[in-house]
Amino acid sequence: MTAKTMTTSSAAGARSVLLPAIAAFAIGFGLIFVSGLVQAETLHDAAHDTRHAVGFPCH
Amino acid sequence: MTRVTPSASPATEMFSRIVTSGLIAGAAAGLIAALLQLWFVQPVLLHAELYESGQLTHFGAETVSAHQDLGPFEWSRNMLSVLFTMMVYAGYGLMLVALMAVTEVQGNTVSARQGLLWGLAGFVTMQLAPAFGLAPEVPGVAAADVQLRAIWWLGTAVATGLALWLIVFGKGWAAWGAAIILIIAPHLIGAPQPDSYAGPVPPELAAEFAGRSLGVGAMAWTLLGLLSGWLWQREAQGAPVPQAA
Repeated sequence: MTAKTMTTSSAAGARSVLLPAIAAFAIGFGLIFVSGLVQAETLHDAAHDTRHAVGFPCH
Repeated sequence: MTRVTPSASPATEMFSRIVTSGLIAGAAAGLIAALLQLWFVQPVLLHAELYESGQLTHFGAETVSAHQDLGPFEWSRNMLSVLFTMMVYAGYGLMLVALMAVTEVQGNTVSARQGLLWGLAGFVTMQLAPAFGLAPEVPGVAAADVQLRAIWWLGTAVATGLALWLIVFGKGWAAWGAAIILIIAPHLIGAPQPDSYAGPVPPELAAEFAGRSLGVGAMAWTLLGLLSGWLWQREAQGAPVPQAA
């Protein structure tokens, strides 16, 4: 009984964490992708020094 | 007029906790990273660009002084760098705190002290492991096709991050064995390399650039981990009690 209650509450806990965590992770990755990896010329020129300094492949 | 704010769902509340901690830690670490870069990395980059543009020639007819006038401080260029560095670290912060949140469901408690280790793991994942195959490039070095390098770079970061996760949170030799394979595989496959070494930049500058880039990364990442862990812990402690203005 106790074990069952714990399983249910931890499953609910996992649900309420997993979705927001995935969303935040995806936004974070989007920021890095845009500032670090997209090769569009304007973006590349503006982020040029940062890309070199943080070790992203540039040019 | 009084309005009763409907209490947010647990998922929404969790999302705002992750975003708040991640963005604040990321912006702060990013600002420090940007300042360190402007001071320690940018002069090497500007110096290398003199060779990249052909203003200076390495091993030409004349000996070139290692001390060059790098021109005045370029405000718009450098402010863009600050902005983008903060964006990059905000991204790192969001990803780091999102992962911290996931481990808490499994009973892990994140603290500032543990955050320091998270930061080091992040540094290894996003900078050290990719640098093992593709050293941070100064402008003007010879390199393979940028798309191929980006794919290898991203694949290495993903594999290394996954491997570190398995080492820390995996149980048993199956997980640890998989971790070892994931860590070493990108380097056995090998990063895309140029066909010939035709870069006009002196190797001394390229080496200095790589060392400084990694050094600044290590400083900024440990700070990011520390701040993320600390802010996340604070948010977690404050979470059950609604803030009264």
